[in-house]
Amino acid sequence: MDNQMINKSLAELSVGLQSGKFSSVELTQFYLDRIASHDSELNAFITVTAEQALATAKTADEKIASGSASGLTGIPLAHKDIFCTDGVKTSAGSKMLDNFIAPYNATVVEKLKSISMPMLGKTNMDEFAMGSSNENSYYGAVKNPWDLDRVPGGSSGGSAAAVAAKLAPIATGTDTGGSIRQPASLTGITGIKPTYGRVSRFGMIAYASSLDQGGVFASSAADSALLLEAMSGFDAKDSTSVDIPVPDFSTTLNDSLKGLKIGLPKEYFEEGLNSEVAKVIEAAIEEYKKLGAEIVEVSLPNTHLAIPAYYVIAPAEASSNLSRFDGVRYGYRCEDPVDLTDMYMRSRGDAFGREVKRRIMTGTYALSAGYYDAYYLKAQKIRRLISEDFQKVFEKVDVIMGPVAPETAFKIGEKSDDPISMYLSDIYTIALNLAGLPGMSVPAGFANNMPVGLQIIGNAFTEGKMLNVAHQYQQATDWHKQTPSKYAVSEGEK
Amino acid sequence: MEWETVIGLEIHAQLSTKSKLFSGSSIEYGQEPNTQANVVDLAMPGVLPVLNAEAVRMAAMFGLAIGAPIGRGNVFARKNYFYPDLPQGYQISQFDKPIVELGHIDITLEDGETKRVGVTRAHLEQDAGKSLHEDFAGMTGIDLNRSGTPLLEIVSEPDMRSAKEAVAYMKKIHELVQYLGINDGNLQEGSFRCDANVSVRPKGQEEFGTRAELKNINSFKFVERAINIEVERQIDLIEEGGEVVQETRLYDPDKNETRSMRSKEEANDYRYFPDPDLLPIEITDEFLEEVRKTLPELPDVKFKRFVEEYDLSEYDAGVLTANIATADYFESVAKSADAKLAANWITGELSSHLNKEDLSINDSPVNAAMLTGLIKRIEDKTISGKIAKQVFEAMWNDEGGKDESTADKVIDAKGLKQITDSGAIESIIDEIIANNPAQVEQFQSGKDKVFGFFVGQVMKASQGKANPAQVNQMLKDKLSA
Repeated sequence: MDNQMINKSLAELSVGLQSGKFSSVELTQFYLDRIASHDSELNAFITVTAEQALATAKTADEKIASGSASGLTGIPLAHKDIFCTDGVKTSAGSKMLDNFIAPYNATVVEKLKSISMPMLGKTNMDEFAMGSSNENSYYGAVKNPWDLDRVPGGSSGGSAAAVAAKLAPIATGTDTGGSIRQPASLTGITGIKPTYGRVSRFGMIAYASSLDQGGVFASSAADSALLLEAMSGFDAKDSTSVDIPVPDFSTTLNDSLKGLKIGLPKEYFEEGLNSEVAKVIEAAIEEYKKLGAEIVEVSLPNTHLAIPAYYVIAPAEASSNLSRFDGVRYGYRCEDPVDLTDMYMRSRGDAFGREVKRRIMTGTYALSAGYYDAYYLKAQKIRRLISEDFQKVFEKVDVIMGPVAPETAFKIGEKSDDPISMYLSDIYTIALNLAGLPGMSVPAGFANNMPVGLQIIGNAFTEGKMLNVAHQYQQATDWHKQTPSKYAVSEGEK
Repeated sequence: MEWETVIGLEIHAQLSTKSKLFSGSSIEYGQEPNTQANVVDLAMPGVLPVLNAEAVRMAAMFGLAIGAPIGRGNVFARKNYFYPDLPQGYQISQFDKPIVELGHIDITLEDGETKRVGVTRAHLEQDAGKSLHEDFAGMTGIDLNRSGTPLLEIVSEPDMRSAKEAVAYMKKIHELVQYLGINDGNLQEGSFRCDANVSVRPKGQEEFGTRAELKNINSFKFVERAINIEVERQIDLIEEGGEVVQETRLYDPDKNETRSMRSKEEANDYRYFPDPDLLPIEITDEFLEEVRKTLPELPDVKFKRFVEEYDLSEYDAGVLTANIATADYFESVAKSADAKLAANWITGELSSHLNKEDLSINDSPVNAAMLTGLIKRIEDKTISGKIAKQVFEAMWNDEGGKDESTADKVIDAKGLKQITDSGAIESIIDEIIANNPAQVEQFQSGKDKVFGFFVGQVMKASQGKANPAQVNQMLKDKLSA
């Protein structure tokens, strides 16, 4: 198998498979081998499903041979370990579900399985998607492929690291407050969180139901467009999924950006943004001007309220969502409980990590009698204000741009005892989860030798436009083609 | 001191949908444990609820039937608490925005007066599973078949003033939900359950006393007993200088007592909040109009119509409209046979047979068509009322088939047809007169009483089949000649 494989786009891989240049079994084995050689240091995978992947690859090859394949058939991928996979451990990064074999497939998993995309494995994540560094995993921290001493971001850090180090050509993730965009930014890859309701949440273990949304990690906007399209669509099993058609995202990738109006919210460039990061973002904006875009300064005045509102709403929902983990039907149960209360307390006490407990307690408090109005209801009001801020801006612009994160990847352990500083790393990503809007991270350069992502925010259900905007930038630059040298294969190398 | 009782009821009526409120599992009763629980009912990680539209329609029907506004953007909320038979760790219910808002229902009191009882609200919610304490030494088994079954919780205003009123209200709701076809009315299987909030106050006092909530009172009889015993307890307590505390109490029917389950302080903080997995239920005018069209005739309306249209007594109309099956049975008979006879037969012979064998009218061996056939033969004098009872008995015991001709077949087979041929009756009378000269003499000397003897003899000789009116007339003519 040709090592150049890792530099190929999904479209190129698809052509290779369809033309018989290589088989899905070969391609899948190639990635399984890369996982075997590199994952011990990255810790990107919780479970590697080699046998299953090869079986699906075999089916894919048969479909390709019989002409019943679709474009993505045979292309392997990794799933964040938050998506339920029938017959395979689904841990959500928690000791609570270390013994949990899901009895069904999430809709996203089912959709991609039905077109025979081999699943390489399940990727590491912050426990129950709570975290911005991937240090909150029962399975240990994930390393950033650009610097093994640094975090890859979170909560979908495993998927991000796997794609950045080319252990998988593409991967799924989920984003509740930035969990796709922030790790994509920190590992120098492309990530998209679509509009709330675009991708089914059925089978995606809930953290904060009104904010959670599945999405994509890939090496480019073009690759993202293909996987996102395959994942999207109304699902009768998810009452919050939206019944509108999924466009062919790939057909609009090459639309011209002439006259595109880009809004730059002043609040995203104020104090707290690392100056090196700011320079990268400014350079990216310059590039867009060259592509014919027009820059409009805008304001999202309630930005500073996003983090406090999020840290009421998300924990409130989480405190309820995580009540089902009680040791009764599945998951961890403490040894020799003396009575029911003892079973609840020790099972949950032993199996949930510190951050999860912190959020359950915060959320329980916020929903308690006497505090509900002051916390939960007020946070919901702020949520509406934030939404209105965005809608006002979208009357004037096509997309909003800014940084994804105020800083590049920090050192493992650097912020783990300082939850507030950790929470602040999501300052630019959280607001659009509250508003239900789609957002992307696109590699835009480096600051202090670590990757920096440019955030593109669109109005609801304008993923096609955002992917077009990102793709045009990637046609003009090659930041998205950078791979950490350790995991790269230079041209001409076999 | 004179005391007044104040009662409010919370009724949980299981909706007669095919599947659960938020999953496709069947709600059929009495299946093997955990065979009717899918991944959603088990609250597996990642699953999501999807609302059963049929349950919404049924709740809306109930709202329309009690004259209540239907919440146009009603919302599901999570009621959070831990219990092993509550797999999600929360119950999906409705809190500040229920589907059915303030309505009312009229009950008839013992003195015949009508009283209006307010229905504060009715909301949709999921039932919990069951904890099984037998067969598991030192452990508890969990059966989730019932988990997620749709319930309509119907909450009354504190408008009842006696246990009897409470029972009348409960019966009225019980009757109504069955009329609407939204509940099977089965108290034994728990598909119609009741909790009662009970307090007492000195007569004349406006503010309510402290209430106790009585749980687990699942029959009309127990509701009455539980309330009475609780009222007695509260009055005794206050009169002895004590104070009623707000608490939940369990009724024990074996000991006929209530005992404390948990106090207000131990009550859960349920942390209600809107369920983010479900959108508000938008109710449109068109939808309500559709539901309105499917509403059956309601009990009170039917009652009035029975009195007017069939000229029935209020008593008979009341018995016949007490449940929709009986009312339908009656109307099926009365459409082609005499209504008063139909009413008499249904409230008399049929009821007593059903009661004796503990059968519901739907399971009656004598169906409406069979009774129609029988009553027609009484009307056209083919048989007398007395003979009709024999025919009924035979039909009850499955003789002669199952349709309107059954009565005729029984009458033919048993030769029960009434003798109306005056020649035949005359010859019997002549024979009796000839054989009883002494009694003839008595009659002719003025002893009218002996006339009954002759009637009896003629009927006996005809095996009860002679038309009694004809017998009377002809005997009178002959004896007075």
